[in-house]
Amino acid sequence: MSIEHATAIDAKFGAGSALPMEFRDNKRLTVPVEKIYGVLAFLQLQRGFDMLCDLAGIDYLGYADATDRYGIVYSLTNTTTGERLFVKTFVNDPDPEVPSVVDLWEGANWMERELYDMFGVKFQGHPDLRRILLPDEFTSHPLRKDYPMRGYGERHNFPTVTRAES
Amino acid sequence: MPLEAVASVDETGTDKEFLYTLNFGPQHPATHTTLRLILTLDGETIVKAQPDIGFLHSGFEKLGEDLDFNQYVTIVDRMNYVSPVANEIAWHHTIEKLMGLDITPRCKYIRTILAELARIGDHLLCVGAVALDLGGLTAFLYAFNERERIYDILENASGQRFHPSYTRVGGLINDVNDLFVSQVRAFVKSFPKAHGDVCRLLNKNKIFIDRTQGVGTLTREEAINRSCTGPVARASGVARDLRKDEPYLAYPELQSSFKIVCSNGGDCLARYLVRMGEMLESVNIIAAAIENLPSGPVNIGTDSKVVIPDKSATYRSIEGLIQHFELFMWNRRFETPVNEVYGANETANGELGFYVVSDGSAKAWRARTRPPSFIHFALFPHLIEGHQISDVPAVLGSLNIIAAELDR
Amino acid sequence: MALKLDDNIFVSKLDFLANWVRKNSLWPMPFATACCGIELMASASSRYDLARFGSEAMRFTPRQCDVMIVAGRVAMKMVPVMQRIWLQMPEPKWCISMGACASTGGVFDTYSVVQGIDRFIPVDVYVPGCPPRPEQVIRAVLDLQEKIMKGGTIDGREFAKRTAYEGPGDRLGELDPSEVVIAPGNFATGKRLRGLPLVN
Ligand code: SF4
Repeated sequence: MSIEHATAIDAKFGAGSALPMEFRDNKRLTVPVEKIYGVLAFLQLQRGFDMLCDLAGIDYLGYADATDRYGIVYSLTNTTTGERLFVKTFVNDPDPEVPSVVDLWEGANWMERELYDMFGVKFQGHPDLRRILLPDEFTSHPLRKDYPMRGYGERHNFPTVTRAES
Repeated sequence: MPLEAVASVDETGTDKEFLYTLNFGPQHPATHTTLRLILTLDGETIVKAQPDIGFLHSGFEKLGEDLDFNQYVTIVDRMNYVSPVANEIAWHHTIEKLMGLDITPRCKYIRTILAELARIGDHLLCVGAVALDLGGLTAFLYAFNERERIYDILENASGQRFHPSYTRVGGLINDVNDLFVSQVRAFVKSFPKAHGDVCRLLNKNKIFIDRTQGVGTLTREEAINRSCTGPVARASGVARDLRKDEPYLAYPELQSSFKIVCSNGGDCLARYLVRMGEMLESVNIIAAAIENLPSGPVNIGTDSKVVIPDKSATYRSIEGLIQHFELFMWNRRFETPVNEVYGANETANGELGFYVVSDGSAKAWRARTRPPSFIHFALFPHLIEGHQISDVPAVLGSLNIIAAELDR
Repeated sequence: MALKLDDNIFVSKLDFLANWVRKNSLWPMPFATACCGIELMASASSRYDLARFGSEAMRFTPRQCDVMIVAGRVAMKMVPVMQRIWLQMPEPKWCISMGACASTGGVFDTYSVVQGIDRFIPVDVYVPGCPPRPEQVIRAVLDLQEKIMKGGTIDGREFAKRTAYEGPGDRLGELDPSEVVIAPGNFATGKRLRGLPLVN
């Protein structure tokens, strides 16, 4: 139950460190970004969440009642019991930064790079934070809500080869 | 002079002049579509591998924010294009979880059968392609023969052989017919023989075994720490399978008909064997499911306001017409809870999950995919280091990287 | 003897011979990027067997191929690769654009997918479908053979005439002017590359 985890985290990191929430079968904890690294390390080492299943980024720009812009969701799995837990944290412009968890889970490496590529959220302490999917020259972060779906015309900025010159 | 152990190579210092860089891809037969590797070589030994991906990045997740839950299924199809129908099932599984819908038993069984067929098709292509890259064309042709049968079944059920877009919120686009049942029965009967043919070609083939055994070994701890799922994790001894651990669709009722295939080897051969084993288990599931296929509707009732009424209802009844409009007018469509949910299915490659954030409208605010290929490809530099350049196709093939899912 | 013959007769017969030889030994270069590539594999394998039409010898090196089959969508990062491969193929060469994505962008009208490869390389045959059925791929090869038979010349004179851009017109018209930034190569600061000679 998310309550148990939240109680354990509150006991260790001070009250209000984890806000439990449930929806369908998903158990979610909302943790402030200052404590996120400590909480994740605690969950991995003490509570048996040995696998980082997924890392999702969300841009809440314009979402009803949203107070923070970027949400980052760590999906954790306990491979022994099969339990899942979703730990969520929020960061904001102008300098969205989260501590990297690559030293806890190797698997976070590319997921964090992708999140950086798509949302521009920086991960402090990441060994190799570069763009992964888009070309290095790209300047925008396409999954932000203020980027148009068809882009700014980058897709057609290439020279043409005609038949005679090839 | 024998080569030194890889650990002793100093990449920047004195050894630098012996190392050279090889660019592998993005257009190379062994990369099966588009990915690029920059390999640093010491003779034939790979000192360092640097993958470069994104050559097929097509903005799937951005499209997911622009299309509604039914429309996006056509895009999800194109994600893992070796087993498209499994992606659809995973997507609508998540959406139904978000909306709190419980689909009908018949729909559950049909989806289960299709998901397992997709798994077989995916594994067949993977095994065939590994064999092809390692020099055996025949296994590839055998595998494709069986894939054509699966295509036929899908074509009969949905009308499209490759990207069926067969599922809808709350059900399927249409019910299956009797031909479907007999085709599936025939497939169940004939598949073990084809499977045996591939096994006989490869299982004791000295070249195949020499090139896969002990190559690209992944230990159990690493597999967990690096977020592996599916056959890659199971070949390293992680006995985790969502079909058993978090049963969905018709799997709760079919638990007794299948087992999880695991191995402790962790190398390419183990991954191959796990895939071969899983195919037979899948056939067992299909056999059990097709014989127990419940009757009844495939869609949940139209009073739920989420399923598309069938054409006769749309044309002949006022309720059907209203509901049709409700679902297709851009300002109506679905009503969803303002919340977020993660749903995952066990697809051929591993756990395919969607993290859907809903703002109450018919479109996802964010449709994050958890792509197994992406996570498995991150392993590649780790697996290949210290091996020979000829091991690259073996390792790549055994991870079964699907570029569209890798880059989305 | 030959010198006395009328030039026209002599050349046209060699043209015919060359066309006939070329048409029956088209070696495809499968530039398979996405789902269509799997259907291309299906066309070449057991059931549909492209070999019946002399086109089964898939070679993955552009230097050995006559026809490039672009099967699948081409993303931003892939365009330079595609052009490079096209330029590396020896003459005479043709291009088949297989599938909705390669021809028009298909369902992917997004920031990173090129809306039709004919904007960047010349295309001879388009195959509609998502993905096209293997029969359609075979039909495309047959159509290409017909095209070669009709218009081919031994020294490729018909190619030299195609000096103009063959893709859709008005490339920037699709976007709202406020959305357009002309920033190629280096998307932040660079100049527009179109018009500059391509370095091979
Ligand atoms: S046309 Fe369809 S099948 Fe072909 S690459 Fe595009 S999406 Fe895939």
